[in-house]
Amino acid sequence: MTIKPNRRQVLQGAAAVAGTAVFAPAIHANPAPIKLGTLASLEGPLAINGQDAYRVVELLLEEANYTAGGRKIEWIRESSNAKPDVALARTRKLVEQDGSDIVLGPLSGAEGIAVRDYSRTVPTKTFINGSSASQDNTLRNSSENYFRFSTDGTQWTAGLGEYAKNTLKIDEVTVVASDYAFPYSQVFGFSLEYTRAGGKLNYLWTPFGTSDYTSLIAQIPKSSGALYVVYGGSDGLAFLTQYAQAGGSLPLLGGTLLADQTLFAARGPHRKVLEGTVSAGPIGDYYENDVWKDFLARYTKRWSKDIGQQTPGTLAFAYSVNLQATLLALKAVDGDLSNDQAAFREALKKLEFKNYIDAHVKLDHNRQAISDNFLNKVEVRDGRLQTVVFKKIPSVNQTLGFPEDKYIALGAPSRNNPGNVQI
Amino acid sequence: MTLEMFATVALNGLTVAALYFIVAIGFSLIFGLMRTVNMAHGTLFLVGAYAGVAVFYPLYDQGFSYAWIVALAAGIAGAAVFGVLLQVTLLGWMQGQELRQTLVTIGISIIAADQLLAIFGGNSQQFFPPDALFGSVSVPLVQTGHYSTFRLFQIAVAAAVGVGLWLILHKTKLGIIVRAGVDDRAMLSACGVNVALVSVLVFAIGAALAGLAGVVGGTAQPFGQEKDVQFLLTSLVVVIVGGMGSLPGTALGALLVGMAEQFGQSLFPTYSVMFTLLLMVIVLAIRPQGLLGKRLT
Amino acid sequence: MSTGNALRSSSALVTVSVLAVLVALPFVLTEFWTTNILVRAMVYGIVALSLTFLAYYGGLLSLAQMVVAGVAGYTIAVSVPGAIPENSLQIPYSLAIPLAVVLATVSGLLIGAIAVRTREIYLLMITLAIAVSFYFFVQANVEYLNGYEGIRNVLGPDIFGVPLRTPYVFYFVALATSFALYALVLYVSGSQFGLVLQGIRDNPRRLSALGYNVAHHRIAAFGVAGFIAGIGGVLITIYNIGISPGTVSTHSTISILIMSVIGGLGHPIGAFIGAVIFTIIDTFAADLYDRDRFNTLIGVVFLAIVVASPDGVTGLAKRAGDLLRGLRLIAPGAVAADPTLQANVPSKD
Repeated sequence: MTIKPNRRQVLQGAAAVAGTAVFAPAIHANPAPIKLGTLASLEGPLAINGQDAYRVVELLLEEANYTAGGRKIEWIRESSNAKPDVALARTRKLVEQDGSDIVLGPLSGAEGIAVRDYSRTVPTKTFINGSSASQDNTLRNSSENYFRFSTDGTQWTAGLGEYAKNTLKIDEVTVVASDYAFPYSQVFGFSLEYTRAGGKLNYLWTPFGTSDYTSLIAQIPKSSGALYVVYGGSDGLAFLTQYAQAGGSLPLLGGTLLADQTLFAARGPHRKVLEGTVSAGPIGDYYENDVWKDFLARYTKRWSKDIGQQTPGTLAFAYSVNLQATLLALKAVDGDLSNDQAAFREALKKLEFKNYIDAHVKLDHNRQAISDNFLNKVEVRDGRLQTVVFKKIPSVNQTLGFPEDKYIALGAPSRNNPGNVQI
Repeated sequence: MTLEMFATVALNGLTVAALYFIVAIGFSLIFGLMRTVNMAHGTLFLVGAYAGVAVFYPLYDQGFSYAWIVALAAGIAGAAVFGVLLQVTLLGWMQGQELRQTLVTIGISIIAADQLLAIFGGNSQQFFPPDALFGSVSVPLVQTGHYSTFRLFQIAVAAAVGVGLWLILHKTKLGIIVRAGVDDRAMLSACGVNVALVSVLVFAIGAALAGLAGVVGGTAQPFGQEKDVQFLLTSLVVVIVGGMGSLPGTALGALLVGMAEQFGQSLFPTYSVMFTLLLMVIVLAIRPQGLLGKRLT
Repeated sequence: MSTGNALRSSSALVTVSVLAVLVALPFVLTEFWTTNILVRAMVYGIVALSLTFLAYYGGLLSLAQMVVAGVAGYTIAVSVPGAIPENSLQIPYSLAIPLAVVLATVSGLLIGAIAVRTREIYLLMITLAIAVSFYFFVQANVEYLNGYEGIRNVLGPDIFGVPLRTPYVFYFVALATSFALYALVLYVSGSQFGLVLQGIRDNPRRLSALGYNVAHHRIAAFGVAGFIAGIGGVLITIYNIGISPGTVSTHSTISILIMSVIGGLGHPIGAFIGAVIFTIIDTFAADLYDRDRFNTLIGVVFLAIVVASPDGVTGLAKRAGDLLRGLRLIAPGAVAADPTLQANVPSKD
């Protein structure tokens, strides 16, 4: 394919050269900017996470002065509504119309699979996951040009099951969860670990978007020693509010997206039951670590005008890791995307780095991250509720340390395959 | 299902039905008089809720104990103003073109939902009731022996709305005009009634009730995006089941939908939504005009 | 008579030249425009066509057409080989597609049977309730429809050994299908059945008195619309390489309505024109205005059309054409001339 830049591109290119020539003479070698297309959900139920993700992306690109490996980066923002068909249409636009070299995204699970499937049809481009966290983006039918430097929804549960059984000494847990893929993957990981440790599980599922949980709360078995609550956003707020109003008092274990800003920002009775909740995930709001504190400080400095003291959420953090990897690999190859990006992809595969929470990241043979996970407790710090890191689980791989063949033989997580088995 | 469980679920159904009644009665009134299918009714619910939130938090943060009451007033007023504007600027002059009116309300609901998202953000929000309504009271038979005070209060609000509307419809001149209009709209203008003004008044009342439901519903459960669609659907099903333009019909419809939903959720959680659809289909098969609706001509 | 013939031959000329342009387009446009704008507009336009057909010839505005398309889409998704999650049926496309269209037609008839028992304006409410319930149902059904995630990797059949999803192949298949269905709608509208249907739309009482079964005709119209929407659903599913609840969400249902209304409910071609306009706005909203506020943009366009030109852009074009031809513009009657927009003004008889 010959490159025929249009007038606008030529002008932009010229401006880029003029603007950076003083600081970066190396730019002469590669005058055409690298087109980085990004996809996140700015419409629909996950819009707040999409906005958060783009704040992180914008911050990191600004810090990089919109350059990597000596080449200018042209950022093309697209948005979806958390639905796979829309994600597919917008990704196609990024690649086929806007001519993106690299696509970063999407945000949610089913979207990720759609983009992964599409990536196979354009082998000359590189796709780097946003925050989509379903296993199958990489575990089954992985695609040669689809990379994920963030951990998946099952990896995010690492450590919680064993902690509940062995440290908290809880013998029976009732799982309350939404009936779709992301909760399945979390329940699966938690159940595998908790069952291995010898615990007993009950499951109560509700349709996605349920707002009245009173009948569900009435069904929680009296023998339960704790609840594992896998709701996010407004579902979580509705459940916890009604659980508090019903006088519920069981200890809570949280899914990764339960204890997030939606719940912390909202006021109400749920805060009472939320405090003390133990959860697991790739980050915690409060962590005694200089790399993380520095990252949060940069984030708040850049965005406090718009959002106050709010810190990036789990999904935005996943974008940060994936973008960080993209920039590192571009630097390693000096912005060389020739030869259908072969060198760039090799560099991606070989990357090993510390991400912004100081966790070590490297890829497995499916181009999926192996990285650290954290156990958190919801506490009041600096006058507001935060998830406070109290334990690091190092180097969690995609099969949670179980042998890969046996793990895959269990099948994909689902309501009928929640992971309460011994392997 | 144990007796305890049955009593709890039944009470849940009743309290949910109370909220559905408050939302749907406004929709039913507007349709009854003006034959306008107001697809923006769910939007009015959200407008009321967000208008309430806009005044609630600043007051609540200062410890003002009447914050909730003020929010309630703001919600009712906000939705009423929005409804009146909609009627005066767009719907009024296309009276009689039902389909066009319906399309206009669909357009308004798309724009309003997006603007509410832009202004108030995607986070779910909720109100906290005054202390007297907070927490739970002792109720015999139900599980744990306690039940949320506010949800019981919802029943009282619905009853007050029902009685108040009945009085307006049967004891005031406006009510007589409205009831006459429901039966035969053409007669009204023939009798020299200012139909345009009556329409604006009815739209204001219907919208105000949606706003009331917004604040009451937003206290019982958090609200946010996509609640407009949910409450529009609820309104549609309630009035289809109960009968358009009928006060007792809407009450019966709300009760059946609330019960079907709650028993559905506890017996077959996955397919609870199908229970309400099935209810609607059965009613349509037996009585297309709704259980207490007037026979269609 | 001679003017009628002249008009007919000139409209045939227009049809032929439009077709010629459409056949040539993919050789002129980039692949992105061919696949992501035109093919997408056609596959969704087919569903919009079924809505326009019901609305214009039957006076029946149904919001359940995406449900019917969804029935067809899910039928092939749960039966063909290659789909993930794997199904136990493994029926080849040559059987699955007809089966999907038959089931869609049947569900169209069923929806019709439920809906036509009431007056027209109720119909909109009932079909919307059906649409939203169907969306919640497919989202909740994990056993067969894989819930929220839906079914993916529905790649479509091979046409003479070439995969259907090859851009040019898909374009011409979509074009041929769209044209055939468009011709079908025109044929049906001129047939005995279509004329009775339009008679029922204008005066059900009179047609009933003449001995026609109003309900049966309306249900049959839903069947025809179901057939059209079903074919659209098959193509949409193959276009999206799968189907998920998002495909049949309230958002999609309303999008189909927007396409039909923007294009104009007064003529079947409006469905495709509306679909092209919608797809272009949808694709380029980020460049036009602000990606985040796409819904405001499309809502304003929709509202402006409904308020200013209720018969959509085809109505605008028609009136402009009339003006050019020096005919008298029936300005006050512009709305009244479109029977769909005054469906069911309470009749006094």
